Amino acid sequence: MANAKRITLDRRKVVARVLRDRGDALLITGLGAPSFDAMAAGDSLNNFYVWSGMGSAVPFGLGLACAQPGRRVLTVTGDGEMLMGLGSLATVAVQRPANFAVVVIDNQRYGETGGQLTHTEFGVDIPAMAKGAGFREVATVYTNAELEEAVPLILKGEGPVFVTVKVRPEPAKIVLPPRDGPMMRHRFRANLLGEG
Amino acid sequence: MAQAKAKAKPKSRAKAGAARHWTADIFDVLKRHNLKQVAYVPDTGQAPLIEACIRDNEIRAIPLTTEEEGIGVLAGAHLGGEEGALLLQSSGIGNCINMLGVPIECRMPLLMIVTMRGEWGEFNPWQLPMSQGTQAALEAVGVIVLRADSAERVGETVAAAAKMAFDAGRVVAVLIGQRVVGHKNWDR
Repeated sequence: MANAKRITLDRRKVVARVLRDRGDALLITGLGAPSFDAMAAGDSLNNFYVWSGMGSAVPFGLGLACAQPGRRVLTVTGDGEMLMGLGSLATVAVQRPANFAVVVIDNQRYGETGGQLTHTEFGVDIPAMAKGAGFREVATVYTNAELEEAVPLILKGEGPVFVTVKVRPEPAKIVLPPRDGPMMRHRFRANLLGEG
Repeated sequence: MAQAKAKAKPKSRAKAGAARHWTADIFDVLKRHNLKQVAYVPDTGQAPLIEACIRDNEIRAIPLTTEEEGIGVLAGAHLGGEEGALLLQSSGIGNCINMLGVPIECRMPLLMIVTMRGEWGEFNPWQLPMSQGTQAALEAVGVIVLRADSAERVGETVAAAAKMAFDAGRVVAVLIGQRVVGHKNWDR
C-alpha cells in the first residue's frame, strides 16, 4: 500500500539536485551507492565518505552537527543503512540539532549486495519512525515537484530534518570516492578547522 | 573504650574513602582534555560520572540507544573539532566491533571507558561469554586496551589512556574490573 505510488526519480539526479545549492554545508555519506552519488555530483573538501560501519552515518552526522552548530550538516545515506541504525533517530531527536538534516535515498533494495528487497519495499515507513522519534521536519518525496519543495527544508529548515526520497532501483555507474581514511580525516579537518 | 576506638577507626577510613569516588578521577581526566561530547549507555558503576557529565555546562551528554552509535557520534565530533569519550559496559563491546573499524582506519582518537561484568564473582552465567571475550575482541580489531583492577588505579590508567587517545591519535579502551565496580546487588 505504501508503495502504490509510482517511483520515477533517478538517484543520481536527486543527490546532484540536493547538493547543487549546498553552499558550505558539511556532508557525511553512508557506505555504498550514496557515496558514489555524492562523488558523481563532485568531490568536495566538505565531504566525508564513510566506507564501513554500516549504520554509523547518522550518528556521524550528529556528532559533527553538535561540534559545528554554525554550519549546516547533512547525512545522505541509503534505506538499508538507515534500517540498520533506526535507534540513532531517537538519539538525534534527544539532542535536537537545528543544523542537521538526514536524507535517505530509498531504492527499496540492497543495491550493493545483489539487489535484495529491503523492508521499505514491504511498506516499512522510516519517515514515520523519524516523526515518532521527534524529528522536527519530516517528508517523503516521490516527484520532482516534491523534491524542489524538500531541498530548502534539507538545506535551511530548522532541524533535525528527515527526508526520504524514493528512487528507481536501477544501480547507477560506480564513481569511487577516495578511501584513504587518514587522508580524508586530515583534508576535512584542515579545511574546516585550519589545522592538521 | 578500646572497643569504641577500634570501631571508630574503620568508620573514619570508610568516610575518607567515600569522600572521593573513582569516577571523580575519570571526570577530572575528561575535563583536563577538554572533552565536549560524552556518549553513554546506562551503567550503575559509572552512574556518578554520567551524572557529572550531564551537570557540566561544557559537556554535551549524549544518551545512546546502543553502544555502537557512540563510535559514529565521536568520529563526527572529531571531524568537527571536538573530542569526547564513550562510556559503556563490557556487554556492549560486541555491538561496537564492526563500527570500531571507522576510527581505527581513519586514525581518529577514541577513548572508551568500559566497566566489566561477568568476571570477578559474577552470579549471572549469561554475562560470562561476552565479558571473557571483551579484551580479546577489542585487541583483535586493533584497539589498545588498558586495565584498572583497583579503585586507586582508575585515575592514572584513564589519564594514560587519554594521552594515547588524544595525543597519539589512537583508539583506546580502559577496562575497569568488576572488583572495582562491585557485584550487582540481587537483594534489593
